[in-house]
Amino acid sequence: MAYSLFDIAGPIMIGPSSSHTAGAVKIGQFSRAIFDKTPSKITFYMHGSFANVTAGHATDKALLAGIMKLKTSDPNIKNAFKLAHQQHIKYEFKKTDLGPSYHPNTVKVVLEAQGKKKMEIIGSSIGGGSAKICKINDFDVDIKAVAGKYKYLVISHGNDTAVLSDVMKHITNFGKFRIAGIQSTHINDHMLTVMNLEGRDLYLYEVLELEKIHGIEFVRSLTRLEH
Amino acid sequence: MAGHHKKMKYQFKTSADLLKLAAKYKMPISEIAINYEIETFKKNRKEIIEKMARNLMIMREAVKKGVNTNKKSFTGMSGGNAKKMYQFYESRKQKLLNKTALVAMSYAMATGEMNAAMGRIVAFPTAGGAGTVPAGILSVAEGLRLSDNKIFAGLFTASAIGMIIAENATLAGAEGGCQAEVGSSAAMAAAGITEMRGGNSAQCLNAAALALKNMLGLTCDPLGGLVEVPCIKRNAVGVITAISASEMAMAGIETFVPFDEIVKAMKNIGNLMAAELKETALGGLAITPTGCKIRKKIGLPPIKSL
Ligand code: SF4
Repeated sequence: MAYSLFDIAGPIMIGPSSSHTAGAVKIGQFSRAIFDKTPSKITFYMHGSFANVTAGHATDKALLAGIMKLKTSDPNIKNAFKLAHQQHIKYEFKKTDLGPSYHPNTVKVVLEAQGKKKMEIIGSSIGGGSAKICKINDFDVDIKAVAGKYKYLVISHGNDTAVLSDVMKHITNFGKFRIAGIQSTHINDHMLTVMNLEGRDLYLYEVLELEKIHGIEFVRSLTRLEH
Repeated sequence: MAGHHKKMKYQFKTSADLLKLAAKYKMPISEIAINYEIETFKKNRKEIIEKMARNLMIMREAVKKGVNTNKKSFTGMSGGNAKKMYQFYESRKQKLLNKTALVAMSYAMATGEMNAAMGRIVAFPTAGGAGTVPAGILSVAEGLRLSDNKIFAGLFTASAIGMIIAENATLAGAEGGCQAEVGSSAAMAAAGITEMRGGNSAQCLNAAALALKNMLGLTCDPLGGLVEVPCIKRNAVGVITAISASEMAMAGIETFVPFDEIVKAMKNIGNLMAAELKETALGGLAITPTGCKIRKKIGLPPIKSL
């Protein structure tokens, strides 16, 4: 994948560290989108450098802020604990060792909510504000989010990719978009697809239209990943 | 993918490519960079300039806030030095460096201090090294009274240099040590400044090379693993490295080892560097008695100090 000048000049972010703040916000955003519900309880298992230097780097606040859909440039990140409290989200940070195969800046996020199966997501902050989701429940995945480059659509659908062509047709009808990449992963009896789009933000009614397509469980637009 | 129909004209992965393109199209590096972005991402020029303009706005905001505040970070390790430096420059005290250099040092710390205090900055290329490029470019623009167009040229040139380093080595302290962060940003700033003041493409790359070469081997050993000490002041001296390298390049001094080879050396040194010295806060300054005090203060498990 070619670099953009704005992978270097950017992202605009809230300090103190691109790996520990911006990248962590992204992991939080992704986890929330994949879980597809406001969690009532979250446990963060911090690995490697995330475990060692969490507090001063504000990695903890950043992860939580991402779960609450804050942007990486939102000055409110520093108030994440207070915001979580207001939204009745319980959270806990624990140290762990996920083993040497993981990047030093890695976290396992366990999300829980009433009436929903518990979900485990492992994500790494791979530098410069970019993040990667490596595992969803027991399944290895490789979903990368590069800062400032694309809009991300997270699509959960049945066990077949045919439905994606319908999704793409709709997106083309919405206007000028370029689909820069598609990554699909099997999770139990369904699939999760991440589409990288170039173009404007999707409107909510467009996302809802996509969700009406037969075979689609949910669609989440992570347009806020941009900054 | 992009480029199916037309052959791409402005693609570069090394400084050798970049120099060739600059010579072929008789353009400065910044223009090659803008054209690269246009053809690779199918953007128009206006969109690209606007995006950089937003970065510039945030950079100016961070610098301005930073030089005017005494606000300390959460740990108390940083805050207030940008202001001190700026007041020194404004004072009648004896100085050795000129206005541009002193203001550059102040600006570099301003961005770093804002970052440490959870303010808004542009990670350029990362948060740790984010002070150097805006400091060099904004102070030189002020010192030489250059327009915003020149500033954009400087920023695009700096970005192009950063891209070459990202492509062939790394910009992350956790992978390459601080040579990859403040080292890279010094190289980027050196090239940007040199173009702004009228240096040619070869001089820009000489400046980048001289700056980066001087930063090789720099470890990432921040106290408590936080982007504060030595990071913030390192950016202040980093921008002076960039300015000195630019002066040498303008004097006609050339790097003996080409830029691309220096980048390879940086990667090699990063690979050889012990994990303790790559952002883990387990070696060097991080484990001095002072470093261990900070560990304790922020609740990190105790380790044996030096
Ligand atoms: S010491 Fe480490 S954290 Fe600090 S600026 Fe350098 S690379 Fe970044």
